[in-house]
Amino acid sequence: MSLHSLPTAQALDILAPMHLRVSRTGHILHAGPTTRKLRPHATWEGERLLEVFYLTRPREVQTIGELEAIFGRRLHLSLRDGPRTALSGVAVPLEDGTFILNLSFGLSLLQAVDDFALTQTDFAATDHAIEMLYLIEAKTVAMDASRKLNTKLEQARAAAEAQAFTDMLTGLENRRALDLALERMIERGTAFALMHVDLDFFKQVNDTLGHAAGDFVLVETAKAFRACTRASDIVARVGGDEFVVVLPGLLSPKELGCIGTRIIRQLEQPHDYQGQISRISGSIGTVIWDGAAATSSELVMYQADVALYASKRAGRGRQTFYDPELDANIPPVPARPRRTGAKPAADPARTGQ
Amino acid sequence: MHGLVLSAVQVFTKDLYGPVRWARVMDRAGMGEREFEPMFFYSKAVGHRVLEELSVELNMPLDDILEDIGTYLVSRPNMEPVRRLLRFGGVTFDDFLHSLDDLPGRAKLAVPDLLLPEIRLREHSVQRFSLTCRGDFPGFGHVLVGILRTMADDYGALALVNHGGSGAGTEIVSIELLEPRFAQGRDFQLRAMVP
Repeated sequence: MSLHSLPTAQALDILAPMHLRVSRTGHILHAGPTTRKLRPHATWEGERLLEVFYLTRPREVQTIGELEAIFGRRLHLSLRDGPRTALSGVAVPLEDGTFILNLSFGLSLLQAVDDFALTQTDFAATDHAIEMLYLIEAKTVAMDASRKLNTKLEQARAAAEAQAFTDMLTGLENRRALDLALERMIERGTAFALMHVDLDFFKQVNDTLGHAAGDFVLVETAKAFRACTRASDIVARVGGDEFVVVLPGLLSPKELGCIGTRIIRQLEQPHDYQGQISRISGSIGTVIWDGAAATSSELVMYQADVALYASKRAGRGRQTFYDPELDANIPPVPARPRRTGAKPAADPARTGQ
Repeated sequence: MHGLVLSAVQVFTKDLYGPVRWARVMDRAGMGEREFEPMFFYSKAVGHRVLEELSVELNMPLDDILEDIGTYLVSRPNMEPVRRLLRFGGVTFDDFLHSLDDLPGRAKLAVPDLLLPEIRLREHSVQRFSLTCRGDFPGFGHVLVGILRTMADDYGALALVNHGGSGAGTEIVSIELLEPRFAQGRDFQLRAMVP
């Protein structure tokens, strides 16, 4: 398309399709092609500008005289009839006494496209409105893709965690790994000793020095367990401050007594966390399974728990071997709800798992 | 190679040839059971291996596959966002052609790490144009051929688009615009229909 020289009015329709030419008396002389779309059925020419638009900023305008006072400034206006889409504009006087009011949508662009059924040709070639629409749409698409990815990663993380056999904080095995190992050993008739260890005074560390200190103590505790056991032994963290050690083939109460003492001594080593010293201890309940007697992982855990309870009652920091006579000492109504004989996992929020 | 590019290849293959064949391509390319993620970044080697294996699997020259991918990108309902974003480039096919110079810049605005080859449009006459693309993306010219042929239909223009050969990291696409307003073309609203 090649253009011949144009009269100013037509040139303005191309350069500023959303303009109005207004007489000194405030009557509309001409409306640009996009301006007309704001009120598709209106006459425009001959109407009074201030009856069509409501000017709100920089101040309310009632008369053309008031409008003249703010020529050249950024105006905020909206239609009196029709959608209340916010428009911005600027009015400038011409030599012949008329003035031009040029309009744009600014941030209400998206709304305006809907309200007035605008198309690409309604905007001046230099107007960034189309680029803005492009950008909004492109960013929405990109954002959706990112959100989908985030959801997917979160699900994958949750799935991995659900399948994990490792306790995240200490790197020890978790309850699921322990249950599986116990069941397998009982199935195969592999004799073992099982120690249920409950940390003493750990709650105080957590409460007085904070979760970070508590986590530090748990990590150190895991190291202590590793140091006191063989590579073939299973060390699991089964609750906030509860651990289980399974020692396959080790059935001598004397040897188990030595290991228990070593574990308690290690646990009682003071921990220095950022200059603050914390001390804990541990109570142990131990059960020995000879590989033949009828049992189950639940029963073994229950028996270890009974022995642990006896250690706690006897003043903590000690090891008790399970004996059926101990069963009588268990209070008829458990102080805490019990699940398959073992204490429920501690509140993860408290222990910072 | 940007995950957006590779996941486009993935969607194309799974959609038109089935997930089994795509799984075979990924497996042979050493990707195992993985899927491409649009917002990840993959090595160039991975991209090339996958495209090579795709060509073997489909028993088609890679250039033809790339052209089909270009067509797919702008013609399928599931790829509507791509067509829409391209349509923002101009009101007529002619405008659109001229907007292609800005395509890498536009893509970068949307996804900052998506680097498309540099594209230069030359207007030899009112009817004859050529596009030169230069960049680290051999075969992009063929993708462009598929895109441009389909977009010409989209705009209702009658145009002949052909790959004009390649060399030294550049590819040429020639366009002959026979009739800008040949048919009605497809509708384009500034605002996408929000479901």
